Amino acid sequence: MSTIFGVPAPALYGQILIGLINGSFYAMLSLGLAVIFGLLRIINFAHGAQYMLGAFAAYLLLSYAGIGYWLALVLAPLIVGAVAVVIERTMLSRLYGIDPLYGLLLTFGLALILEGAFRYWFGAAGQPYAAPAQLTGALNLGFMFMPIYRGWVVVASLVICLGTWLLIEKTRLGAYLRAATENATLVQAFGVNVPLLLTLTYGLGAALAALAGVLAAPIYQVSPLMGSNLIIIVFAVVVVGGMGSILGAIVTGYVLGVLEGLTKVFYPEASSIVIFVIMAIVLLVRPAGLFGREE
Amino acid sequence: MAVGTQYLAEQPKLRTSSMVIGAVVVAALMAAPFFFYPVLLMSILCFALFACAFNLLIGYVGLLSFGHAAFFGGAAYFTAHAAKVWGWEPLTSILLGMAGAAAMGFVIGFLAIRRQGIYFAMITLALSQMFAFICLQVPFTHGEDGIQGVPRGHLLGIIDLNQPLAMYYVTLAIFLFGFFAIWRIVHSPFGNILKAIRENERRAISLGYRVDRYKLGAFVMSAALAGLAGGTKAIVFQFATLTDVQWQMSGEVILMTLLGGIGTLIGPIVGAGFVIALQNYLAASDFPVTVLIGIIFVVCVLLFRRGIVGEIMELTKRKSKQSA
Repeated sequence: MSTIFGVPAPALYGQILIGLINGSFYAMLSLGLAVIFGLLRIINFAHGAQYMLGAFAAYLLLSYAGIGYWLALVLAPLIVGAVAVVIERTMLSRLYGIDPLYGLLLTFGLALILEGAFRYWFGAAGQPYAAPAQLTGALNLGFMFMPIYRGWVVVASLVICLGTWLLIEKTRLGAYLRAATENATLVQAFGVNVPLLLTLTYGLGAALAALAGVLAAPIYQVSPLMGSNLIIIVFAVVVVGGMGSILGAIVTGYVLGVLEGLTKVFYPEASSIVIFVIMAIVLLVRPAGLFGREE
Repeated sequence: MAVGTQYLAEQPKLRTSSMVIGAVVVAALMAAPFFFYPVLLMSILCFALFACAFNLLIGYVGLLSFGHAAFFGGAAYFTAHAAKVWGWEPLTSILLGMAGAAAMGFVIGFLAIRRQGIYFAMITLALSQMFAFICLQVPFTHGEDGIQGVPRGHLLGIIDLNQPLAMYYVTLAIFLFGFFAIWRIVHSPFGNILKAIRENERRAISLGYRVDRYKLGAFVMSAALAGLAGGTKAIVFQFATLTDVQWQMSGEVILMTLLGGIGTLIGPIVGAGFVIALQNYLAASDFPVTVLIGIIFVVCVLLFRRGIVGEIMELTKRKSKQSA
């Protein structure tokens, strides 16, 4: 058996794959956070809860309506996006213009409500959710065996991140969005419905989180606390990347995921804290984040 | 603009009226254990001090720390370890916990003050989560079990803290000391500069103040006082567990302060009393506490951002203006 730096090669590849998968979720979630923050100037603490909601929507659709994975991949983001639109209209929209910390506190409260309610109904233990039949099994890549579903998650998340990036950078809607980020009042004066844009942006961000949740359901178990454990790491990812650039958020997500996977191989004790350590180092060297700009 | 901006009151002097009120409150606290369950009261006192320490940062410097559980829970671990494993006297154990929390506050504060506003909140949250992960892994915290069976011991080798009343009065004394310290800090020249930073950081810089040093100083003081509360809690309840270092605890102390009134001296105490009493009341019922805490958060942010005490102060201010 071949070894790399004294580590068996299959173990190394395996951890890199796990790192890539974790990185996929970091990237998708930090992307959503960055999109919402860009326009609404609010850190969406409920992002983790919305990710959890997406996974639960898929689980509930399957167990109560018999709706399978592929349809859930479309329906769950729509449902969560609709809930988010209601939240934005009824609550978040009252907080524009005051200190952004209140937005953080409000969405923190919402996250607690959602998590507490699901924990009350389903208990803290995870519910299993099977991968679709088309994506079960493993692929022999020559140097390692890769479960097909995991490969699918990496590919799907890359497509989602790239799609969102194209939507924001290359479309008319994205141009409005970027313009409103720079100067909302002026854009509104040009006849763009900025309040609607804000609502849609929050809905889109939440739908992204839900989509990540559906993708995650067959890998991690569907549990009420799956989001809150993740969101704090994603916050660290966001601090490392800086929220100035969409592409920066995506790249940072994948890179930190892989670094975390590598740490599991070489120094497993530190794997749960490595991202926070990197965050601390980045704060010392480049306080604005790797892709951020000083405000 | 900082969160605590609404509290722009002029310096309240130590008038006789407020001294009388203070004396009445202290007398009521002295008599309280004869009417209420002392353990519940001590729990409220510990959390009230914790919330006051947190409020020092958000209310008077405008920095929202989402990681204060690290100082509270960290100090609880240090104190519990000193009292149980090293067999230290309780007060020195608490002071050790406080010193440990201050040292942690220096490290975390040093990193966090490099960013402002929302980033500050996220960084403190991330670093305290890192500390929670460390606590889960290092041997001296005993992982999921925590440190159990911490001896209360004899204060200064004389007073037996296993007597509930003795423990209560020591807790009360520590709380009053902490509260007085915060009162002194807020009403000192140092405190005035903190408020200037809160109101307009750039102007404070242009006036020649080294803003970062003041922020770090306030952060360390806040962490140390949160540690004082955490260490005391470890002696009172005789254990230190992971619950105290996790992000939910940071959320709880934010809620207490927000509910009572950010930037008011007694608001955090009212908020802590309210939240602890509520949790105590709900412990017997089936209703999920997290949901209720979340609802209070949402209602506070949407309807009364000044908090209970802040709204009352605003009301009396408006009334006195009308009558004048």
